[in-house]
This record gives sequence, structure tokens and C-alpha cells, in this order.
Amino acid sequence: MAEKVKSREEKRTEMFKDWVSGEGVQFKDDQAKEAYQKRAGRIWDAVELKEPDRVPVIPMTNFFPAFHAGHTCESMMYDFDKLEDAMKSYVFDFEPDAFMGSMLVGPPGDVFEQIGFKLYNWPGHGAPENTSYQAVEKEYMKPEEYDHLINDPSDFWLRKYLPRIASELEPLEDLLPVTNVLELFIFPYLMPFGTPEVQSVLNTLMEVGEKTLAWQQRIGEIDGQIIGSGYPILLGGFAKAPFDVIADTKRGTSGVMVDIMRRPDKLKKAMEQITPTLIQSAVGQAKMNNNPFVFIPLHKGADSFMSRDQFREFYWPGLQTVITSLTEEGLVPVMFVEGSYNERLDIIKDVPERSTIWMFDATDMEDAREELGGTACIQGNVSSSLLITKTAEGTKNYCKELIDNVAPGGGYILSNGAAIDNAEDENVQAMIETAKEYGGY
Amino acid sequence: MSDDLVQEISDLNEDRIMSLVEEKIEKGQDPKRVLDECRKGITKVGERYEQKEYFLPELMLAGEVLDDVMALIKPELKGGDSEEEGLGKVLIATVQGDIHDIGSGIVSFVLEINGFDVHNIGVDVPPEEIVDNIKELKPEVVGLSAFLTTAIDDLKETIEVIDGEGLREDVRIMIGGAPINQEVTEHVGADDWGEDAMEAVRLAKKWVGVN
Repeated sequence: MAEKVKSREEKRTEMFKDWVSGEGVQFKDDQAKEAYQKRAGRIWDAVELKEPDRVPVIPMTNFFPAFHAGHTCESMMYDFDKLEDAMKSYVFDFEPDAFMGSMLVGPPGDVFEQIGFKLYNWPGHGAPENTSYQAVEKEYMKPEEYDHLINDPSDFWLRKYLPRIASELEPLEDLLPVTNVLELFIFPYLMPFGTPEVQSVLNTLMEVGEKTLAWQQRIGEIDGQIIGSGYPILLGGFAKAPFDVIADTKRGTSGVMVDIMRRPDKLKKAMEQITPTLIQSAVGQAKMNNNPFVFIPLHKGADSFMSRDQFREFYWPGLQTVITSLTEEGLVPVMFVEGSYNERLDIIKDVPERSTIWMFDATDMEDAREELGGTACIQGNVSSSLLITKTAEGTKNYCKELIDNVAPGGGYILSNGAAIDNAEDENVQAMIETAKEYGGY
Repeated sequence: MSDDLVQEISDLNEDRIMSLVEEKIEKGQDPKRVLDECRKGITKVGERYEQKEYFLPELMLAGEVLDDVMALIKPELKGGDSEEEGLGKVLIATVQGDIHDIGSGIVSFVLEINGFDVHNIGVDVPPEEIVDNIKELKPEVVGLSAFLTTAIDDLKETIEVIDGEGLREDVRIMIGGAPINQEVTEHVGADDWGEDAMEAVRLAKKWVGVN
């Protein structure tokens, strides 16, 4: 007899049951396990649009743990003892309902250096030691290269994109497409591997591979210990909107905006081609981490970038496919909506119910609540500027107002709107305290 | 199809624009007049952007079209492109530590098509370099851009250095970028802030005394 196909709801419930119970987590003691389950359960309730015991509070942190612990941003990417100190100090001092994990705070700087990574400036390397990493926007893909990407995305990535974003990987452009391998005629494909240039790339890849594995193991230990102390992690996998994949670091903002006007069909076809790869990658990560949350930062579809019609035609179809496909695997996409989406709330509510979190930055939270209420959990939107310029009391007042306006009925998580770096400790504390003291249902 | 270059630019009919410009040049029309029509067309694009009929795709295409048109007209302009007196000079920079250039680029372009003489000196610009440029260019307005929250401190420092050099009497400072709001404006000591490029135009016009 054929196995019954599980519904989206069943898959999600299964995934959440494992995650909330802390399946596979090495807890410090029973108390930590209980605290973990309480926090994770609170988040599950919010996703299911039920009222938990109180409003969950999850600061979206970038380099804030470094600032809090008195380390430089640069040290997070090089000195993993300091990364550990920063992450633990942050979580144990502030006791949030979940944290974002060490992965985003401390990608290994020496690996970036060794491959000659050009796509980002990072603290101490193109950016000051106490400034976050920043993407270097350029036209990494030329308009005439759409056909290459459409016909064979992996080949484009390997032989065109990688050589352009990392100087030490440049010789990869000397390789032939792997599809050139035709039976006996495998030898033409093998020839470039005999050159010193390509061999140097292979050596580099072996070395950075080892370093990346070691780093991965170390942050796994750090995060594992924090989780084992009672704090869930709100990041199981990573994806992007297909439009942003092309816009952010392939064609660049200016390039992609012109493509909307000059070559709309190529742009759409390219997005269609890469969509399955985004879904497959995120599902793999989330299942490996046994964590349902897939983080999806949204960039170039915001109100100020394109019209509603352009959003509906170019941005939303790909993103909607990614979201829906992930929820079908029982996962919960967490959309980090940078900028504002005031003009698109009615469009984005066309997603599976009780399966997504929308974290808003500058979007009006009451409007978001009105449109998405009954469909999706919303999160946000204490501004990062407020956490720098306001007093603790001012922060508390703002958070109370947010809770009053959007929390009733459930389906709300209190947090800041854009990732925080140099926020004032007392203001972050005030945000967390407000949820705990004032956010009871 | 119309022969109205201003209208075709406003509607961004790219092919028609290029053939019209070529035609006009072949017919021996005064290139300055052609250039003037292009400017009028681009101003209309700016108006449609302000009315939220156009967004970045149209604005950025307009920028490309204008570049292409200029490449055709420039060789015909004997004695150089006699730039008209603009409404005023605006210095634009993204402050040190921050390399984001999309916002400052859009603001620069929209100010330009609204008649300002814009000097965008780039990203990650230290306060001293901004001061040197103010001394040299003598702008009426300085626009500082910041995307990172850590750049709020750099904005503050930049404005303190400008003040310390005694230059504040001569320039008005507007700021913009993702983390900027009224509180940040007061915190760093800028004169005003804008949420979008059109607000930058309104502020600059107000400060140079035109409507």
C-alpha cells in the first residue's frame, strides 16, 4: 500500500514538535530543558496565531553581541573565543526568547582573505573594525550573459561568477563546461586541471574547506551550548527572493532595474531557472539543522524600489514560489522585510496560513496586522535608530504601544526592525523587559 | 509615434528617442536646442517619479538613455557644453565606514534633473575630505548619506568637523538613508532629513530660495 502523503500541516506539526521538545539537544540540566521548551513553545504559538503566555521577544542582532561584550566586529570573524564570549554574554545577559546563531556574526575572515573575496567588505578589511560587513555592489554579470545563466546556472556560477567574486578563484574561468564530457572525450575536460593556475585553486579550496569545517564545528559547539542552556535558535536555513539573487550581487540594482524595462523576459526566465536551487538548498539546511525556520531577507522589492505592478510581475511570483514550496516541506519562512511594504501588504498575504513570519522594518505595523492577521505571524518593528538615540524609558513606551496595537489575539513577536549593531544595551534590555513585564496575554 | 522629443523621453520610448535625436542632428538642428529638449523630457520623468507613476526601473532607464543621447550630442556641441547656471550647488557624500551608494546615487540624479549642480564625491568619505570639498566647491547644500546604524556616529562626527571648521554658516546639511529619522537628525545635528529623493529636492529648493 502506498504511504499516505503528509499534508503541509502535518509536516509542520511534526517539525515543530521535534524542535519545541528540543529533540537531539544536549541540555545542561532539566531546568534548561524546561526553559527551552517554554521559549520555543511561545514561538510556535505565535506562528500558529495562538496567544502564548506572553508576547515572545527576539532581537534581530547582527554585530550587537560584539558591541555588548566589548569586542571589535573584526574579532568576531577571526577570534572564535571572542565570538563565543560575545554570543554567550549577549544571550545569557539579555535572555531573549531565541537568538539568531553565530553564523551571521562570525563568518571566517581568514577564509574570505584566502579566496580573495571581493563581494563584501568586512570589518577591518575594507570596512572599519567596528562596522558591519557590506556588499560591494557591481555588475558581476553582464546583460548579455543572461542566456548563459538561463541555459546552465551551475556552469555560470562556477566559471563566470566565482572567478569574478574571488580573486584567487579566477582560474576557474579556464575550466570547460562539465557537460563537455562525452564518453571517450572526457580528456579535453581534464586538461585544464593540469595547469598550475587551476591546481592552485584546488589547493586553496582544500585549505579553506578545512578551515570552514573547523569553523562550522566551533560555532556548532557555541550555539549548541547556548541552545542547551535553554535558548532556541531562530535560523535553520537561508534563502533569498529569486529577484534579489539576480539584483543584489549579479546585475546590481541599476542593472536589474534597467533589465525590467529592456529585457523583462530574460530576467523572468533567469529567476525561474534559479528558483528550484534556492528551495532545495534551504530545505537541505533546515532539515540538517532540525530547525524549521528559513531566513529570507528581502531587499529590492520594497515600496521605494518598484511599483505595485512591477512587484506583482517581477518580484512576487518567485518569492511566492519559494515561500509556498518551503511551507510544503513543513518549514516556516521568516521574511525579513527591509524598508517598507506598505503598498504590498494585500499582495503578500497570499501565502499558506499559519506557516510564515514577516519581520517588518519600516512597514506600518497596524496595517500589517490588519492585512496579515489570521494569515501570518508578524514581527518587528522597533527601529535600530531608536535603540541608539532613545532612552530606556522612550524605548519602553514605544514597545508598549506596539504591544497594545498589534499583539492582541496572538501572532506577534516583538523585535527590532533592522538588524542591530551598536544599539544601547539599556534600550535592548528595555525592549526585552517590556515583553516580559507588559506583554502577558 | 510622435516627433515630440520631450514627450518621447517622458514616455521613455527608447528606440524612438534615439532615432529622433539622430534625425535632428542629421538635419542640422542646433544641438543646444536638442539638448534643451532632452533636459525638458528628463524633467518630466522626474515629475512622474515624484508622482509615484515611475519608480527605479524608469528612473534608471532614463539615466541610461540620457547617457546614450549625450554621447550623440556631445561631439556636435562646438565650444563645449555650456552648462546653464543651475539652481545651486549640492555636495553629496556617503559618510566614512559606509559604502552604500544606491540611495546617494538616486538623490544625486533626481537633484540633477531638477536643475541642481550636483557633486557626488562617493562613498566612505572621511570628514576631512568632505570639509576640503566644501571649501573648494562652496556648495549651498550638503547631503550626507548613511545606511548603516554604525554610520550614525560617523554622521555626527562629520557634522562636528564641519562645524569646527566654521563652515556651518555657509551650508545647510541634509541627511538621508535607512536609519535616518527626526531623532537621528537632532542627535547628529543636521539641519533636516529626507525620506526619499523628492524630499531632498524640496529641502534643497527651500534652502536656495526657489519654489
